[in-house]
Amino acid sequence: MNCIIVDDEETARAIIVQLCKQVDNLNVVKEFSNAIEAIKFLNNEKIDLVFSDIHMPGFTGFDFIQTLKNPPKFILTTSDRNLALEAFEYDFVIDYLVKPLSLPRFLKGVKKAEKFSLKSPANSKNFDNENKTNSDHTLYINIDRRLIKIAILSIYLIEAKGDYITIKTDKKNYTVHSTLKKIEEKLPNTVFLKVHRSYIINIQKIIDIEDNSVLIAKDVIPVSRSNRPELMKRLNLL
Amino acid sequence: MNEIPNTNYIKQLANGSSEFEQHLIEIIKREFPAEKEQFFSSYRQENHKDATEIVHKLKNKISILGLEEGYQIAVNFEKELKNKKTSLYPKFILILETIEDFISNL
Repeated sequence: MNCIIVDDEETARAIIVQLCKQVDNLNVVKEFSNAIEAIKFLNNEKIDLVFSDIHMPGFTGFDFIQTLKNPPKFILTTSDRNLALEAFEYDFVIDYLVKPLSLPRFLKGVKKAEKFSLKSPANSKNFDNENKTNSDHTLYINIDRRLIKIAILSIYLIEAKGDYITIKTDKKNYTVHSTLKKIEEKLPNTVFLKVHRSYIINIQKIIDIEDNSVLIAKDVIPVSRSNRPELMKRLNLL
Repeated sequence: MNEIPNTNYIKQLANGSSEFEQHLIEIIKREFPAEKEQFFSSYRQENHKDATEIVHKLKNKISILGLEEGYQIAVNFEKELKNKKTSLYPKFILILETIEDFISNL
């Protein structure tokens, strides 16, 4: 089995490498000190098993798992005994090892990985929802009893403000009486993503992403922690 | 603190490889002072969130060096910090100093 190790602590990575050396047919392909680099790697390489810490600055092990399109098997390694229930909610998490890792317990986990037949993740979302793609890519909004046509792909941001939403396009902004939930149903979910309870963005219009915000046109939009993995999953990371 | 750090766990992991033993000790010698400094810096700035994260990391090294009682103190201190309480700070500092002395002689 080919594996990678993701842990912000070099000490922890060195221990896992040493434990892996004591297992036949377990090859450590690469080590990563953060999940972002590991995601980029996994987008291009086929790996059988990931050893990942949970507590990592910025992007946690759970963020990491949720971000992957086709997750390999995971063994989570952590000093925190209290996250096992959450960890096993993911179909592809096959073991949860508490640090400091012992060889017998580590071997047990690897054995499980070998036996594990990977199921499709139940919580993975299908982004190819053709029904949400309007055939002519337009949306009509009601303003002062007039139905105004908007090219969907010209929308870069939708902001909720109480009972109203503001639809921002390349040319003009429109404020209409509606909710984010209603408009979200009309938009292709391959292009639009709710990144915060008050914002839906057109991911094709992102200029840059920094920490917990995205820059779209001149608007800096907050990205909530729970929506960040979904956003990262959609990006074509190099 | 009555406990004395040891390298039993490291030796067990090394499985006779003195090369690995030395390699891991070198990493700990490099990482520990930096993490300790990060902890003090966050603590001084009353950045409890960052301080908690670093205690979480240090907890792993405390257990690697065989400090069982020290590990429990670190676990409780981490919980305390999450609630912005610091009563275990003096005990935690003592653990860090004990480790620092120990690794400087390795």
